[in-house]
Amino acid sequence: MDSIADNNMVVGYETAPASLMAGARGRKPRRTLSRRNIIVYGTLTLVALYYLLPLYVMIVTSLKGMPEIRVGNIFAPPLEITFEPWVKAWSEACTGLNCDGLSRGFWNSVRITVPSVIISIAIASVNGYALANWRFKGADLFFTILIVGAFIPYQVMIYPIVIVLRELGVYGTLTGLIIVHTIFGMPILTLLFRNYFAGLPEELFKAARVDGAGFWTIYFKIMLPMSLPIFVVAMILQVTGIWNDFLFGVVFTRPEYYPMTVQLNNIVNSVQGVKEYNVNMAATILTGLVPLTVYFVSGRLFVRGIAAGAVKG
Amino acid sequence: MTGLTRGSARPNQWLRNLNAKIASIPMILTAVVIFVGGTAWTVVYSFTNSKLLPRLSFVGFDQYERLWAAPRWLISIQNLAVFGLLSLMFSLVIGFVLAALMDQKIRFENTFRTIMLYPFALSFIVTGLVWQWLLNPQYGIQSIVRSLGWTSFAFDPLYNSNIVIYGILIAALWQGTGLVMCLMLAGLRGIDEDIWKASRVDGIPMWKTYVLIIIPMMRGVFITTLVIIASGIVKVYDLVVAQTSGGPGIASEVPAKYVYDYMFQAQNLGQGFAASTMMLVTVAIIIVPWAYLEFGGGRKRG
Repeated sequence: MDSIADNNMVVGYETAPASLMAGARGRKPRRTLSRRNIIVYGTLTLVALYYLLPLYVMIVTSLKGMPEIRVGNIFAPPLEITFEPWVKAWSEACTGLNCDGLSRGFWNSVRITVPSVIISIAIASVNGYALANWRFKGADLFFTILIVGAFIPYQVMIYPIVIVLRELGVYGTLTGLIIVHTIFGMPILTLLFRNYFAGLPEELFKAARVDGAGFWTIYFKIMLPMSLPIFVVAMILQVTGIWNDFLFGVVFTRPEYYPMTVQLNNIVNSVQGVKEYNVNMAATILTGLVPLTVYFVSGRLFVRGIAAGAVKG
Repeated sequence: MTGLTRGSARPNQWLRNLNAKIASIPMILTAVVIFVGGTAWTVVYSFTNSKLLPRLSFVGFDQYERLWAAPRWLISIQNLAVFGLLSLMFSLVIGFVLAALMDQKIRFENTFRTIMLYPFALSFIVTGLVWQWLLNPQYGIQSIVRSLGWTSFAFDPLYNSNIVIYGILIAALWQGTGLVMCLMLAGLRGIDEDIWKASRVDGIPMWKTYVLIIIPMMRGVFITTLVIIASGIVKVYDLVVAQTSGGPGIASEVPAKYVYDYMFQAQNLGQGFAASTMMLVTVAIIIVPWAYLEFGGGRKRG
């Protein structure tokens, strides 16, 4: 603290002439203000364009025919708009011997994401509630292990999980993958719910206890109705996270259950046949569409979710 | 707190709070069986010569010796180091500068944030494939610049093993800097307005206030962000698979891909276990000092 104050003083003296000049400039605040604005808005606009560029190129490419792609440049808008690449990506693109398009991966992803999101949130919310309001001896120890475990690279735990799932007879099935998503979603979700429930006024909980309500009654009648926002945050986090997963999909399922990301990668990076860049880009957008929709619809809640999710790394 | 609940405690310790214990069974199983058990299992089996199936025949450090003699592993580590250092540096600097710009009480802040953060909603597979297309030397950025007149312009990272890792870096930064910006912005918003007033009164230039006062005050945010990015970097896998599949040749291999390939494709489990244990060690080197600083002192609160 002291050193900062000292610095201020020194800086203050050193820049005395400069501050006189600043005084001269001060008479025309409009101009300096607008020059600053030009720098700020100019930089931000350029950056925004850079961020938007890949999305633009994806869309534009997906609407062109292959002949046009071969002669033109990737930034040019399509001369002739065609939706054929989209149709082809959805229903005809090939992975290996299957030529039924990305639709199969899409429905697989739906069948993976929906139960995974529901189960992982159900388990983690009850668990977070137990940790926040019904602490028992040893609970904090397991919770600490859970949080520390979130930093362990998945690669370290993959093979033991394969063995456990094989013993349970669900290796290679959707059920197995759903269990895996529930396991790896647990640290962040439990943390999220625990912190949220711990932040609710304790009097509510105590009053309900005095009235004779038990564990589940309090959860369903008091906690659940009061915490809809955090459930939405958790859903956003899980839907995007599970939809975007690649590693677990490729390790824990058989090819007929591959999620959309895995199938997309197989379609685009397959070495057979002529590369159809327009179909590839249409397929890429299709795969990104679900998380993008969630993102644009949810807005601020998404930011809240990743701020919480960021803690897990 | 405990005093109150103790008052109504029943004699049987195990049945007390039974519902909470039942509700915590998934957590306990995950923590004990998967996180602790699974990790220990992998570490133990990394000292065996398991091939197709895990077998408990110990061979000491053989797998590790083989690992560190393998060119592919050395390239993976080198790539991870270069990629890691550069992406840490760039994402912290770019993220902070963007956050500082966003903190100038600008209009359209929401629009800018929405644009900068949307890539983070996309998967690494999508990110990798888009940038594979943008960096395509025949149609992508290289050909555009050439068609503008600079015919000798060469930027084909995905086909040039010397610079391929930078091609992946560009994609990774596009995907991740929005998040860093958001974290930094939250940190900046947490700074007391009076600090700014004081520095303005003293006539300190804005950049100097940032460098000498604000950044040191945001040390916590920086460290947290650093840990988040770093532990993400160690896991980088999907992006490489989608963008280059490790190529050209083995020029863009990364440790996570080495692990996967040896476990599930080369059927050399021992190598996979040894490599994944090395990943664990790397993460521990990053996390343990941070956790010690962050929580070592904070434990008193309980």
